[in-house]
Amino acid sequence: MSVLAAAADSGLVMSTAEQWLFWTVGPIVVLSASALLFAKRAVVTACSVMLTMVGLAVLYVGLGAPFLGVVQVVVYTGAIMMLFVFVLMLVGVDISDSFVETIRGQRWLGTLFGLGLLAVLGGALARATFTQVIGVEAVSDGNNPGAIANLLFSDYAFTLEVTGCLLIIAAMGAVVLTHRVRLTKKLTQADMAAVKVREGMRLTPPPAPGNYARHNAADVPALDAAGKIIEDSVPDVLRMRGQVHTLRGVAQDLLPAEVAPVDAAPVDVVVDVVVDVVVEAAAAEPPPPADASAEAAPAEVAPVDVAPVEEGDTP
Amino acid sequence: MINQTIATPPGAVWLAAETGGTASSAAWGCWLVIALPLVSAALLLLAGRRADKWGHLLGVAAPAVAFCLGVWAFFDLLGRPAAERVQDFELFQWIPGGVFDLGFGLRVDQLSLTFVLLVTFVGTLIHIYSVAYMAHDPARRRFFAYLNLFVAAMLLLVLADSYLVLFVGWEGVGLASYLLIGFWNQRLDYAVAAKKAFVANRVGDFGMLVAMMVMFTQFHSVKFDEVFSFASWASPTTLTVIALALLLAACGKSAQFPLQSWLGDAMAGPTPVSALIHAATMVTAGVYLVVRSGPIFEAAPHARLVVLIVGAITLLYGAIVGCAKDDMKKALAASTMSQIGYMMLAAGLGPVGAVFAIMHLVTHGFFKAGMFLGAGSVMHAMRDQVDMRRFGHLDKFMKITWLTFMMGWLAILGVPPFAGFFSKDKIIEQAFVAPDGQVWQAWVFGSVALLGAGLTAFYMSRLFFMVFHGKARWSDEQHPHESPALMTVPMIVLALGSVFLGLILTLAGFDDFLAGALAEGHHGEPVLNAYLIMGATFALVVAGAWIAWRRFGAASATVPVLPPAVDGLIRAARADLYQDTVNHALLVRPGQALVRGAVRADTGVVDGAVRGLAWLLQSVGAVLARLQNGFVRSYAATMLAGVILLTAIVLAVWI
Amino acid sequence: MTVTAYLALASALFVIGAVTVLVRRNSIIVFMGIELMLNAANLAFLAFSRMWGELDGQLAALFVMVVAAAEVVVGLAIIVSLFRTRRTVSVDDENLMRH
Repeated sequence: MSVLAAAADSGLVMSTAEQWLFWTVGPIVVLSASALLFAKRAVVTACSVMLTMVGLAVLYVGLGAPFLGVVQVVVYTGAIMMLFVFVLMLVGVDISDSFVETIRGQRWLGTLFGLGLLAVLGGALARATFTQVIGVEAVSDGNNPGAIANLLFSDYAFTLEVTGCLLIIAAMGAVVLTHRVRLTKKLTQADMAAVKVREGMRLTPPPAPGNYARHNAADVPALDAAGKIIEDSVPDVLRMRGQVHTLRGVAQDLLPAEVAPVDAAPVDVVVDVVVDVVVEAAAAEPPPPADASAEAAPAEVAPVDVAPVEEGDTP
Repeated sequence: MINQTIATPPGAVWLAAETGGTASSAAWGCWLVIALPLVSAALLLLAGRRADKWGHLLGVAAPAVAFCLGVWAFFDLLGRPAAERVQDFELFQWIPGGVFDLGFGLRVDQLSLTFVLLVTFVGTLIHIYSVAYMAHDPARRRFFAYLNLFVAAMLLLVLADSYLVLFVGWEGVGLASYLLIGFWNQRLDYAVAAKKAFVANRVGDFGMLVAMMVMFTQFHSVKFDEVFSFASWASPTTLTVIALALLLAACGKSAQFPLQSWLGDAMAGPTPVSALIHAATMVTAGVYLVVRSGPIFEAAPHARLVVLIVGAITLLYGAIVGCAKDDMKKALAASTMSQIGYMMLAAGLGPVGAVFAIMHLVTHGFFKAGMFLGAGSVMHAMRDQVDMRRFGHLDKFMKITWLTFMMGWLAILGVPPFAGFFSKDKIIEQAFVAPDGQVWQAWVFGSVALLGAGLTAFYMSRLFFMVFHGKARWSDEQHPHESPALMTVPMIVLALGSVFLGLILTLAGFDDFLAGALAEGHHGEPVLNAYLIMGATFALVVAGAWIAWRRFGAASATVPVLPPAVDGLIRAARADLYQDTVNHALLVRPGQALVRGAVRADTGVVDGAVRGLAWLLQSVGAVLARLQNGFVRSYAATMLAGVILLTAIVLAVWI
Repeated sequence: MTVTAYLALASALFVIGAVTVLVRRNSIIVFMGIELMLNAANLAFLAFSRMWGELDGQLAALFVMVVAAAEVVVGLAIIVSLFRTRRTVSVDDENLMRH
């Protein structure tokens, strides 16, 4: 890397190696960043941005900042973007952004303003005159992290401390923001058993799929002793997706005439991966609204009856 | 027969009364004269219903004791040498204001003590009368409180040693008058009458305030002695302005032309109020003011001429209105106005005339108060009937009232030797003296005064005969009867005053006594022989009375119960010579139009500007509120637009 | 040319980030746009740092990253808690504050 930087010490013109680097990585960075604008699914966007971050890290290294390049990869790609993806998973990985604009003219306005910003920035760039590039090799003296550390713990010591405070506060803030005050007693195993008995629910774990069947795949429902289908035996995710195999498809000979096809099972129930189903049932909360209805209903109305139950922070 | 007036500097003459000497304890005690009725009024008002049982007794006692104190001060004054009779003394420092340092002081001299005695004596009698007259009124205690308040304010008015202290009393009597005219304010017309009197008085007060402001800017003082000493060298214009402003104040308070319209309506108050305030004392305060301010008027001949004109006009005005009124009290009110016109005329004649003005004021206070009390007695007997056309033949039923009223009647006619003869005839005689050598003035004002005497005789005789003589015209429900002793005794005392007071005052040398307080007068010769004037006056009086007898009193006379249709002059007189119409057209309507215009300007321009501003801000706010749509992306767009704009500006400047 | 090219790249990235904030409604993606803008700034910092031959620009970029990390932690926590209560991550649905 220092080789690349040294090649560029000639001043205003990039060295050939740097040109190669720049014109290879630059378009990749821009293209992957454009996914922010055009990718429909958030996960795709997150992955593209990760690529952007890595590309930028490469450029940082090319600019004579290997330490920052590493930090970029570690912090952005490794931590921040992972956090984004984690949150994406938390809120539903397949939530896709509708491109139907709700604010009239906002997209055109955004485009217009983007072009305007590009124009003024380009104008500024065109106007500006730059001095000869000096390069950071001299001050880095072959040990860029060491040089940064020297500066960081001398001139920028106070800033460093303040930033440390900021990080602690941010961590506490995240804890506070995501913390949920328990409104009810924590349920023990005995309590849950009592609830199940009272509600007439199954005490034992659901039967595994494929029991007494020709196939033991997870998408094939189990049969009970009477030969009837046990719906619960198929994982909820598969049922929700409608990927349950019917008996009709796998074992025609075992199918009793009166057994209804499993396809008729309700598919509109979203299984909440965040909230523990049993706890919710014990707290007698209303079932979470279906995603489709939440999308269709006016924004303010649908979630309101859920909010007070979940958001109460003091008992 | 041109009056040879010695040319002396105006004002200097009036300063003959020196303010030197020390105040005696009796004079100093005069503050008690004011304080007693004031404290009594405060007690009666503050004690509330608890004082209902004994309130009227306290109310009578306060002016009675004040009268005793006044008598003491009077004899003390008589015992002093003539040069030391004017006593000024300061009660307390009132307005310490640097160059304007005014003390709250009283002036005890012949003039003020004359008023003190008149107010307290007549006031006490009327208080006694009121005990019986108001016996059945549930608010009798409040009535006495107001009466005491009036007496206190009136005494403060006459005892003041500066215009500002006088003004306090001036406003006080105005307030008491307002409260008492509207005493039965459950009747709307009475309340309106009270308001009318109050507003008319405010116009006069405006003059008083202007006068004091001019005094303050020119002389830096409003004390009588200092103002009068300045009057000798101040510019005639200044003095004329002050004098005219004072005259305006006097016109308001004394119901003189052109502010005369309130007095007739003021008869809405209980009759003792009419007797005390609107006949004997308060309405004469204007005359007092003009006489007290003599040095100023003496130095402002033009203003004095205006005083004469006002007096003459009011004299005739009241007499003409009095000839046509059928309402007994309103006829008496018109008579009061006319008689005060006489006083004003006399006060405008100079120091000598002023003496007779005050003398007529005193005698008038007695006989007019007596007649008002008589009228109250008649009303008492006739169920509050005031229409004279429904009286008649009352002499058989109300002997004492009839006789006392007759004394008053003879006194106001100026029949010798009754009281009016000694005061009113002197005024008529003085009116024929040419002031400042202006002979035409003597003829004009003398003739007016003479004519007024004849008219007075006619309308007072008309009133007297219509009430007490002729055929009985009342209904069967009315049972005339004599009033109780509490009412008749004051009437008898006042009637005695009407008979003998003029004689007593003349014999006792009241004019010389009073002149000590004013100035040296210059007795000029009338343009006509004095006995000729006297004879002419008497002839006119007899003629007026005889006509009235023929038409209203004699057995052959018939008085229709309903007022007959008559010619324009009498119709105009019945309508107070259209004074209300004129006021309405000249003042009320333009005033209302002005106010309406001001209101419109206020709502249109001032409020309109404010509302327009509010509307503008609201509209801007409504537009801006749309930006505040809650969409974070819109806010981000705004921020970005700002960034672009700022960058563009920087780029543009950077060129 | 050297600095200009990097600055042009930084500008392009910044504009992409800004337009993302304006156009996208998924708050997570909007947040990524913000991060992209920060990174564009960092790129400019480093380019200038090299131009002047001083390390202060690199340090500024370092602090930007630290602050960005803190910001992301808090921001994502907000998004999570919002999602819990509102069942949505659309920024257009979070407009209750205007009332």
